[in-house]
Amino acid sequence: MSSDPAMIEISGVTKRFGGFTAVDNVSLEVRAGEFLTLLGPSGCGKTTLLRMIAGFETPEAGAILLGGEDVTYLAPYRRNVNQVFQSYALFPHLTVRDNIAFGLRMQKCPDAEIAKQVADAVSLVSLEGFENRMPNELSGGQRQRVALARALAPKPKVLLLDEPLSALDAKLRASMQIELKRLQRQLGMTFVFVTHDQEEALTMSDRIAVMNKGRVEQFGTSDEIYHQPKTAFVAEFIGEANLLTAEMVSHNGTTGCVRLEGGLELTIALEKWPAGSKSALVSIRPEKVHISRHPIEAEIIFSARVMEELFQGALDRLWLECDAGTQLMVLEANESSLMEAIHEGDRVYCGLHADDIVVVRTE
Amino acid sequence: MQSLSPGSPDNTHARRPRWLGWLLLAPMLAWLLLFVVVPMGILFVYSFCQRDDLGRVVFSFTWENYERVFTPIYLAILWRSVLFAALTTALCVGIGYPVAWYIARQTETMRNRLLLLVMIPFWTSFLIRTYAWITILKGEGLLNSLLLSSGAIVKPLELLYTPFAVVIGLVYAYLPFMILPIYGSAEKLDNAIVEAAHDLGAGPVRVFSEVVIPLTRPGIAAGILLVFVPAIGMFAISDLMGGAKVPMIGNVIQNQFFTARNWPFGAALGIVFTLLFVIAYTLVQRRQKRRANVPQA
Repeated sequence: MSSDPAMIEISGVTKRFGGFTAVDNVSLEVRAGEFLTLLGPSGCGKTTLLRMIAGFETPEAGAILLGGEDVTYLAPYRRNVNQVFQSYALFPHLTVRDNIAFGLRMQKCPDAEIAKQVADAVSLVSLEGFENRMPNELSGGQRQRVALARALAPKPKVLLLDEPLSALDAKLRASMQIELKRLQRQLGMTFVFVTHDQEEALTMSDRIAVMNKGRVEQFGTSDEIYHQPKTAFVAEFIGEANLLTAEMVSHNGTTGCVRLEGGLELTIALEKWPAGSKSALVSIRPEKVHISRHPIEAEIIFSARVMEELFQGALDRLWLECDAGTQLMVLEANESSLMEAIHEGDRVYCGLHADDIVVVRTE
Repeated sequence: MQSLSPGSPDNTHARRPRWLGWLLLAPMLAWLLLFVVVPMGILFVYSFCQRDDLGRVVFSFTWENYERVFTPIYLAILWRSVLFAALTTALCVGIGYPVAWYIARQTETMRNRLLLLVMIPFWTSFLIRTYAWITILKGEGLLNSLLLSSGAIVKPLELLYTPFAVVIGLVYAYLPFMILPIYGSAEKLDNAIVEAAHDLGAGPVRVFSEVVIPLTRPGIAAGILLVFVPAIGMFAISDLMGGAKVPMIGNVIQNQFFTARNWPFGAALGIVFTLLFVIAYTLVQRRQKRRANVPQA
């Protein structure tokens, strides 16, 4: 074991429901104090994986280690992890105070200690004055805080959060994202967060595991996931991407010339290209393409015509057809003056960094 | 007990005109007036009357009937009825709760199938079902032959016409009335709440006592009322399965009206019996209300 063991070690975990494989041979390591997000569309297995960490489901294969201890088959009430449920699952017959005290009471804490811990948890989520309320007397946002305080009060090693913000309105949600992240830093606690919202994941996470069809498609920092997607699924699920098939036309040993569908030819580093294959899929993020009505300098330059334009406030969404025939969607910050603004039918110069052409796997 | 107490504060139809509400209630009110209030009034009047030698009611005031109700022999029968009904209720909770909980935790199709099984006995007449128990429990009945042929016993057990048979009959008859209301509240209990309790370190016993029981209490309370109240006054089962050897208060009342032809005394028994219920129900209600008010205090 290394000097800094992982807080959670998931190795080769598989879970089936009937004939459906919900989680398929997943391995992950979560470091202590890390904010990890399991991100994916509904049915991708992220919630099932979380439930196996909590102990509500038992995997058919593989092992889950918590702080170095094998907990694969340990009952949920014997694990030092707590969960914030999507529906909050507050105890409707108990006051806010008794809800938060529940975990401590189960640990047989002395009363004075419980009172102190509850007061701490209450102030942590700014719920002072609500201690004697019943859950049905609270707003959605307040319930969410109670659920959070209840899970935090027993000081678990890991906090699991199952789409806890999905029931909140957009504004409250955005402020809770920041608050949760701050709380996690302040406590130095390991958070495992489940969401299908890529923006939420990018905002909050130290690392993201993008899941699809029960597998982890990519595991890395927000930066890596966004800028260097490894698969077509990741490129499309996180942010927006132009996914284009590309063919290797010629190469000289270090760089190669690829032709994108439609005809645009680009030069890329050969090491990025999958060895031995003739064609591949490339992803180009729409905001990486810089456009101007005047000639510009960039590693890759080409010219195009604006086919369609959609004004979106801070951003302009433009559909371009390159002179070579390739079609691209680009996002351009709306900073230029009215004189310089680009419109449908305009001819534009486009510039692109070679690093921003990312070769992705399909599968 | 929410299900039994009318007039919840959040009346969503408050804007409708008053008379419409009364119109909707009219058939039921008429029914209650004619067949509950009026007969109760008649009983009340009769209970202070005397009877002549032919068993006719004579309208002259007396306390005699009530004095007779509170003699040891009738108090003993009343007490026995309460005990039998209490035992029946306890057994129904003990047997019915796990069943209701189990059904509530199944998938929807499975739930409906199992509920159907609970309700199927209602499709047969109550008397036929009781006679079926007699053929099971009697000396040369199903249970005895089974036990005899398996060698577990050497001579038939005396099962029928015992208090044991009466309790079996009562539990059998009233079990669905316990299962259904408990199922009703267990089914509404979000499984995530049970999981949350487990997650916070509560083992199965504590989850049950701290979360499941409190949250299904309305169902339990309704079930207890639905079983205890009819069980205490039941006379057909103690007649058929107890062989009139273990008379219950219901049998005594029935006797006074149909056999002894002492209507005034039967009426007094009935009135006392009804008052007992009203008192018991009020106490339970008050307890419930207190419990419901505590957290807000």
